[in-house]
Amino acid sequence: MAKMTMIQALNQAMGLAMAENPKVMVLGEDVGRDGGVFRATEGLYERFGAERVVDTPLAESSIIGSAVGLAIGGMRPIAEIQFLGFIYETMDQIETQASRMRFRSQSRYHVPLVIRSPYGGGVRTPEIHSDSLEALFVHTPGIKVVTPSTPYDAKGLLLAAIQDPDPVLFMEPIPLYRAMREEVPDNWYEIPLGKAQIRNPGEDITIIAWGPMVPVAEACAKQATREQISAEVIDLRTLSPLDEETVITSVEKTGRAVIVHEAVGTGGLGGEVTAIIQEHAFLSLQAPILRVTGYDTPYPVSSVEDLWRPDVARVLEAVHRSIHY
Amino acid sequence: MNPETEFPLRRVIDEEGQLVGDRSDVSDDQLKQFYTWLVTLRTLDQKAWNMQRQGRIGTYAPWSGQEAAQIGVAAALRSDDWICPSYRDWPALIYAGVPMYYVLLHSMGHPAAGYMPEDMSVLPVQIVVGGQILHATGLAWASKLQGQDRIAVALFGDGASSQGDFHEALNLASVMKVPAIFVVQNNQWAISVPVYRQMNTPTIAQRALAYNIEGIRVDGNDVIAVYQTFRDLQKRVREGSGPALVETVTYRLGAHTTADDPTRYRTPEDDARQSHGDPITRLRHYLETEHIMENSDFERIDHEAQVTVDDAVKKAEAYPLEPAATTIFDHVYGTLTPPLKRQRDQFSQRLIEGGDSSRG
Repeated sequence: MAKMTMIQALNQAMGLAMAENPKVMVLGEDVGRDGGVFRATEGLYERFGAERVVDTPLAESSIIGSAVGLAIGGMRPIAEIQFLGFIYETMDQIETQASRMRFRSQSRYHVPLVIRSPYGGGVRTPEIHSDSLEALFVHTPGIKVVTPSTPYDAKGLLLAAIQDPDPVLFMEPIPLYRAMREEVPDNWYEIPLGKAQIRNPGEDITIIAWGPMVPVAEACAKQATREQISAEVIDLRTLSPLDEETVITSVEKTGRAVIVHEAVGTGGLGGEVTAIIQEHAFLSLQAPILRVTGYDTPYPVSSVEDLWRPDVARVLEAVHRSIHY
Repeated sequence: MNPETEFPLRRVIDEEGQLVGDRSDVSDDQLKQFYTWLVTLRTLDQKAWNMQRQGRIGTYAPWSGQEAAQIGVAAALRSDDWICPSYRDWPALIYAGVPMYYVLLHSMGHPAAGYMPEDMSVLPVQIVVGGQILHATGLAWASKLQGQDRIAVALFGDGASSQGDFHEALNLASVMKVPAIFVVQNNQWAISVPVYRQMNTPTIAQRALAYNIEGIRVDGNDVIAVYQTFRDLQKRVREGSGPALVETVTYRLGAHTTADDPTRYRTPEDDARQSHGDPITRLRHYLETEHIMENSDFERIDHEAQVTVDDAVKKAEAYPLEPAATTIFDHVYGTLTPPLKRQRDQFSQRLIEGGDSSRG
């Protein structure tokens, strides 16, 4: 066991999967010799060769469209879309092809495809490199959506995604790639998809977050304890299918909920989580469910992004509003 | 460069049924078989059109005129080769072994039409124009990576060749040198837009030059030329020569679909200018001239086609809907997710209770 960053844990997961199963391959832009722009695939080209770690032409639709064929044809492709904002270039192949092939063919064919893609702001990228687009894919039947917030989870969730028989969009929070190190076992382990994790148990209010907003929620919970507020932090980890039970159980206990996501608010996943809570835990609620999200603008230029992204102060403000409702 | 001379139209028999090429390696029996299939598929197409008008099936995309362009391809393939078809490519699938009633089930909106027979490697028909071209690249790539000698064939139309995925598929296939054949049936029309408004090139085959792959243009209404082309090409591709682009020049005799009225955009002069003869009458003239078949043979084939098609109609109309309705939930993921399980239970309960009366 070694202390690792998230990027190292992801790298190790892919290495393990490729060593274990000769059908597993990696394809994408700059994933080969360069090891990926974030170095997620570093060393894999040298270990497994150009046939299994493939630098593709710069064309996202061809990455996913060919990966659909590869998957149906017996391979287990891990496709990288260099930044989630570039996934629009291949929306058709994801939405109408990868996600629907099982349904269209009545399970005659299925598409065991993992699409890895970095997302999330705060690292001063150019336009379109930071956007959080999970809602587009949670709205799509047939694809699962996963996003880790720790190195340990990143490895276990990615291995589970690679083993999954269906397409998984694996969203990797850029700001957390190297934000922390933690103990990560060297061996193979999986974290089941569809299971949330309680990061911080609490009694008074539930803060629900995922990906880059989990550390923000945790920091908020820490500050809240100084005010004698006990906040429970839930990391959803899998956004589709969503672990409704963990959310409902928590809110039944606390009676209050704040949902935090970096994506723009309107039409965001926070609305869906709100609906789940009010449908299943209505009588437990002591206050309206609140959302802390990105504003309803395109993700802004880097000089503004820190003001745009939900931060501890904004989440704490929502916690106060809920507690003092 | 003159693309039309660089990519000459391959043909063996012309519009009048005159021999203009070499058919010596295609036997009389094979020609009889081709003719039987051409007639059977035309009969099915006309029957399906009429059934839509009678309300017995839903929206349907007719293929009349394109039978030769498709069966000539399918006849050259091995049973384990991948076929990635569009919605107008049922003739190729049926020739390759998909039961005839599938196409009717498809237009009846039956989910079973997506479950292609297990002893074949055929993807469900694609509705998104050009969506399947990249799948052929990927399937051929998978075949190469796994040391198989299967090839992958994508069937699509001239309109699909305008899509970005067409370019991405051919480029990647060429870079990875995968055993894929991209078959563009140039039927001259993408709903209402003629091919000369779709592109400013006299051929589609010439685009092969841009990818440094083999490009071929063949008369798609000449079943012998199409078959010979693919019989030879599939061998080269299977042996590792890399991908190829084939333009089969044909004509969509009918409407885009049963929801389309081509008289709004197409004149008889257009038909006369762009069409180059019916694939069936052309072959029949040749068979008559060469005394390979006679009148009684043609009559028998017409009759047998009717019987075959009637049987397919019976099978389709007798196909049970239940328990298909509730299974929609079962094919979203490999395992039912908790929300889908809940919805499935609710849906089943409604069926038991007789459904929602407000929806009739």
